[in-house]
Amino acid sequence: MALRKYDIKSYRGFGAMTILCLVVLYAPLIVVTIYSFNASKSITVWEGLSLRWYVDVFSGPESAKFKLAAWNSFVIAIIASTIATAIATLAATAIVRGGKFRLRTASIGLISLPLMVPEIVTAVATLIFFNYIGFDRGLLTIVLAHIAFCIPFAYLPIAARMQGIEDSYEQAAMDLYATKRQVFTRILLPLMAPGIVSGYLLSFIVSLDDFIITNFVKGAGVETLPTAIFGAVKQGIKPNIMAISTMLLAVSIIMVTISYIVSKSDNTK
Amino acid sequence: MAAQAESGGGATTDTYKEARTWLLMPAWLVLLVLSLAPVSMILIYSFLTKEFRGGVIWEFSLAAYDQFFFDRGLFGDEAPQIEWTYITIFWRSIWQAGAATILSLIIGFPTAYFIATRAEKVRPIWVFLVTIPYWVNLLIRTVSMKFLLRDQGPLNDFLLSTGLIDNPIHIVNTNFAVQLGLFYSYLPFMVLPIYASVERYNFALSEAAADLYATKWVTLRRILLPAIKPGVIAGCILVFVPSLGSFLAPDLLGGAKNFMIGSLIEEQFKGNAGNWPFGAAASMILLTMVLIILLVFARRQANAEKREG
Repeated sequence: MALRKYDIKSYRGFGAMTILCLVVLYAPLIVVTIYSFNASKSITVWEGLSLRWYVDVFSGPESAKFKLAAWNSFVIAIIASTIATAIATLAATAIVRGGKFRLRTASIGLISLPLMVPEIVTAVATLIFFNYIGFDRGLLTIVLAHIAFCIPFAYLPIAARMQGIEDSYEQAAMDLYATKRQVFTRILLPLMAPGIVSGYLLSFIVSLDDFIITNFVKGAGVETLPTAIFGAVKQGIKPNIMAISTMLLAVSIIMVTISYIVSKSDNTK
Repeated sequence: MAAQAESGGGATTDTYKEARTWLLMPAWLVLLVLSLAPVSMILIYSFLTKEFRGGVIWEFSLAAYDQFFFDRGLFGDEAPQIEWTYITIFWRSIWQAGAATILSLIIGFPTAYFIATRAEKVRPIWVFLVTIPYWVNLLIRTVSMKFLLRDQGPLNDFLLSTGLIDNPIHIVNTNFAVQLGLFYSYLPFMVLPIYASVERYNFALSEAAADLYATKWVTLRRILLPAIKPGVIAGCILVFVPSLGSFLAPDLLGGAKNFMIGSLIEEQFKGNAGNWPFGAAASMILLTMVLIILLVFARRQANAEKREG
């Protein structure tokens, strides 16, 4: 190794910046998590550890509202991410295993459209569209909007995974007279499982977390967890909101971690 | 994200050549109906006449764009002058998004470089640590930021107790708070593409420069930076573009004075303004700008790849 002055792999201050980066990323989340365990009624004063706000979320005066919102959020996320993942899996098969064809680039473009258009524009567009076709806004409109928005998030890990799988297994199966359908269900899908799980979880989180699109396409009185939280926060941050946020935060982190482990575990093979 | 989606290209096999129409059908159906058609309808709506309380009348009109750019007096009969209100909001959005981008570049670049120069085994763990916060609900993250920055919030408490400041710093409801919020929302997007390009970078080039007695900073500026420029630009776009149309950070951290274009659009559809064609026109102006940025970037990227062969 040359003199430190010439060591191009370490720059003074870069390590410190990395620490600063992680502090910035995690500090707000950690602070809210800590304060969600605050015994005090006021969010400014710390009065010791307590679970009272978690109890409040489940049995306090606003619990019915939040439980319904959470239920809506989970039902929407399960339906939207299941459909989006199924659609994305089929599309990825066509795009990765369908050879070269004219609409290939257009298909990729169409799938990534929801990522390129600013979310507020997607939200407004969907509102206008449902209004134009005279579709009553409610849970169904949220589900439909989420399906479209979740497709690219499911597609990315699935397509990436499929590209990593050589088609020799499929070729071998076909040499042994397996039909295309059998090859798809017995060879390709099982090999794809980690990518599909990862895509499913990511689109689930995206649906669970979405605020802007939901806020535009939901019907009056229909709330999901984020829109209920937004409504409550407008009147000021309260301790029970911090407890709900901490739980939602935990759900997201757990799901991302599972998705990470699943996709990792298989890459090493 | 756009750049990542494009990487669905590359080598392909044709096992499912015959079935591809059927396999693609659901995606095309859903996305044409629920994504492309709605976005196209914004264009149409921006050229319609507004109805008094929300909605539109199907009559062609340029009123929405006219209202955005020109002021014709209270009764619409004066000579048109440039209307600065909305241009200012648009300009503020660009400025705020730009500031957030620069801030994330300052923190994100060293982070990406640092991670990419760690041992190969631990890199994924660092990357994972940087990615996690992105998957936490944006609303919750923005609210957390607001909580942290409040006048009586933990940050001020901390600074007061260390004696660094005598009075709480007022951050919430300023432009700076919005910049911080945007920076915080999209920082992982800056780190990831830069990390990816530094990881692919051939460090022998830097070593060669060092062997010729270039100092480290000269090597960084003249050798490394030009080589990883596409990654840096990708990171800047991934932070700038979503920041530009952001609604939550300006709404929760900026207050009424620090309106951005996302809030302007929101108000036309959900708020009291109720002018759909105007909201659609503002959306079109935002969308056009975003698409131009992405197109210029995609073209440059394609040219760069062609040059590399």
